[in-house]
Amino acid sequence: MAAIFQGVGAAAPLSSSLSNSFDSNKSVFSPRRSFSVRKRASFAVVRSDGIVNLNPNGRSAQRLVSNAVATKADGPAASSSSKPGHELLLFEALQEGLEEEMERDPRVCVMGEDVGHYGGSYKVTKGLAKRFGDLRVLDTPIAENSFTGMGIGAAMTGLRPVIEGMNMGFLLLAFNQISNNCGMLHYTSGGQFTIPVVIRGPGGVGRQLGAEHSQRLESYFQSIPGIQMVACSTPYNAKGLMKAAIRSENPVILFEHVLLYNLKERIPDEDYICNLEEAEMVRPGEHVTILTYSRMRYHVMQAAKTLVNKGYDPEVIDIRSLKPFDLHTIGNSVKKTHRVLIVEECMRTGGIGASLTAAITENFNDYLDAPIMCLSSQDVPTPYAGTLEEVTVVQPAQIVTAVEQLCQ
Amino acid sequence: MSTAFSAPNFSTQSLPLNHTSTTTRDSPLVFAKPTSQFLRSTPKLRLSSSSKLNLSRRSGTVVAVSDVVKQKKSKSTPTLLITKEEGLELYEDMVLGRAFEDMCAQMYYRGKMFGFVHLYNGQEAVSTGFIKLLKQQDSVVSTYRDHVHALSKGVPARAVMSELFGKTTGCCRGQGGSMHMFSREHNLLGGFAFIGEGIPIATGAAFTSKYKREVLKEADCDHVTLAFFGDGTCNNGQFFECLNMAALWKLPIVFVVENNLWAIGMSHMRATSDPQIYKKGPAFGMPGIHVDGMDVLKVREVAKEAIGRARRGEGPTLVECETYRFRGHSLADPDELRDPAEKAHYAARDPITALKKYLTENNLASEAELKAIDKKIDEVVEVAVEFADESPVPPRSQLLENVFADPKGFGIGPDGRYRCEDPKFTQGTAHV
Repeated sequence: MAAIFQGVGAAAPLSSSLSNSFDSNKSVFSPRRSFSVRKRASFAVVRSDGIVNLNPNGRSAQRLVSNAVATKADGPAASSSSKPGHELLLFEALQEGLEEEMERDPRVCVMGEDVGHYGGSYKVTKGLAKRFGDLRVLDTPIAENSFTGMGIGAAMTGLRPVIEGMNMGFLLLAFNQISNNCGMLHYTSGGQFTIPVVIRGPGGVGRQLGAEHSQRLESYFQSIPGIQMVACSTPYNAKGLMKAAIRSENPVILFEHVLLYNLKERIPDEDYICNLEEAEMVRPGEHVTILTYSRMRYHVMQAAKTLVNKGYDPEVIDIRSLKPFDLHTIGNSVKKTHRVLIVEECMRTGGIGASLTAAITENFNDYLDAPIMCLSSQDVPTPYAGTLEEVTVVQPAQIVTAVEQLCQ
Repeated sequence: MSTAFSAPNFSTQSLPLNHTSTTTRDSPLVFAKPTSQFLRSTPKLRLSSSSKLNLSRRSGTVVAVSDVVKQKKSKSTPTLLITKEEGLELYEDMVLGRAFEDMCAQMYYRGKMFGFVHLYNGQEAVSTGFIKLLKQQDSVVSTYRDHVHALSKGVPARAVMSELFGKTTGCCRGQGGSMHMFSREHNLLGGFAFIGEGIPIATGAAFTSKYKREVLKEADCDHVTLAFFGDGTCNNGQFFECLNMAALWKLPIVFVVENNLWAIGMSHMRATSDPQIYKKGPAFGMPGIHVDGMDVLKVREVAKEAIGRARRGEGPTLVECETYRFRGHSLADPDELRDPAEKAHYAARDPITALKKYLTENNLASEAELKAIDKKIDEVVEVAVEFADESPVPPRSQLLENVFADPKGFGIGPDGRYRCEDPKFTQGTAHV
């Protein structure tokens, strides 16, 4: 997902590297504290992989941010074969990451419902069973608690399973295994057994999927000691996080989002991973720090467009690592802008935003000029009706209002 | 890889396990009376007149093995089930289990260990009967009543005692405790506090064995996993889900039910619609066997068969061992609900006494030799207690060490460094 920012003055090219996180110390622009409207100067497109494309085709840059959730490929401008890398959709990026890791290490296997012959209900494991066989891509019966436990037992004895929950919500049935065994077993065994599992699946509010299929489990799992949680939001970080999670010796829960599977992006051909503990700088700015993850990133970017037109300069960070928080990237941002807005899809009560608010207050209270604002979903079971569903999650207009309020 | 349901066929096996014992029955099971009725390991299967128990011949076998073993024994030239060496090994293991648990009780009441401690007295035949047939690479998964499983599997008594005292020399560095015994070296995969949650772990270990053989092409990998659990667990979803998966994929696992008739204060009869647990095996496509769990030799015969099946790749087996715990559920249980007559009945069938009798009557060992073993074990347990007493408690620095295998999981702190790089991390005082 490309990010657009505008700069005043000489726009020194950022170092082109495949590292996904911006080093915010090397800010391109001179720090400014005023909120005056900036003149529109040159546009630069910075992709999430850090490669800067100065003065791109203005129209294509615009188009990239126009939809909260892009579903179709861009036109000819974006698909020129002269550009490095290859284009794919987010679910394909996940598949590619998974497939590459399975090639690299024969102990990596997949378990879940309909992951094999069916190819995965969101096609993330499509074609893998044909390639790697029915034992490596295991179609399990509908028994989440038990097959998650089975994955954990397999991990203890030498394999590296990737356990799929067909919908994250189904993993509520596996809470026993995830909390007691996945999170704690390394500790209670005195470090003797490692559990290098990846537990992944789509969650979040979709399009009228109903209350039970629209759950956000990151808030329920965040207290479990001994696990890491990451949320992907772009094809680039989806593949990178998948690979990093598989290679990690810790149990990692990878949260995907039902509405993001068809996002398209051009990603590098080379092998790369995204650091599990780092946040991603989406759009550097000066006035306010907006912390978000997963689908809300796109609502935030849409709101950012409006905000930019109104003269604000938001800094958008996709926190990516839901547990633990990357307090370095977040802290540097807070120290720069002094205002924080958290936009998340979790419920208000006990969500990731609540924890993040606490963490920021604890560590950076002195740097804040205003109380932290947190926009979360309503504490309401997601209704089926589209109109109601829409108001349970945070919409771009609310984000704009919040920033305006915060920056008064 | 869908496995068509195929009923296991035992006709070629040495033990004729493919007949169902449908001999006469005594009084029918009486529901809701906690104390009076209990299953005895006799050929007489108990039926409830009111239930829909179906004893029709499912191929798949549901047998009381005591039958078979009795038949074996009553042949004209009596063949012994064990050699002297084996006999002494079994005796020593059971005595170790008993002496260790008795010492645990003492230590608990002296304030050396705390929390929930569940003792295994009376059930030694099951642990010894099964685990002594395993290789080191085979895995054992247990429950909170796991001290003796650990000892049988080879975890040194000092390491277990130390763990119970919460010392850093314990098998889990003092971090697990009574209910979480683990040993990588001896492939003891736990030690679980919640019932049923170890069964999927065992299924996973068995899955790894199959995976190693079929995917990683380690052709000689025939590691077997044993999952021990109780009668209460057999009403839990994880039990049934794992029976299904194990049979479906023919995993090399044996499900060993230690049916001691009581789940704390809940009688098995009051909790279970069909109390005959072994019958639940064939429902999932695996043999179900009932055995007298107070007799180590009978258990061993069944175990040989079941473990052999798993090793040969023929799939899982469900073995129900009828056994009894002489003490309460845990050291905190006053044990007031169980009928003294029931306790007396099983006390008379003490597995250690029974084996002693067998060994002496069949001239496999003398009283003196057995007494020597008793003495030796007493010393082992004494030494274990001394070792545990003298071991240090875990220092503060140990607090954060094993939370993550890769401590980068604690994340990046505000200063840009990983928290685990903070010098206070190794002191256990870092803010994570």
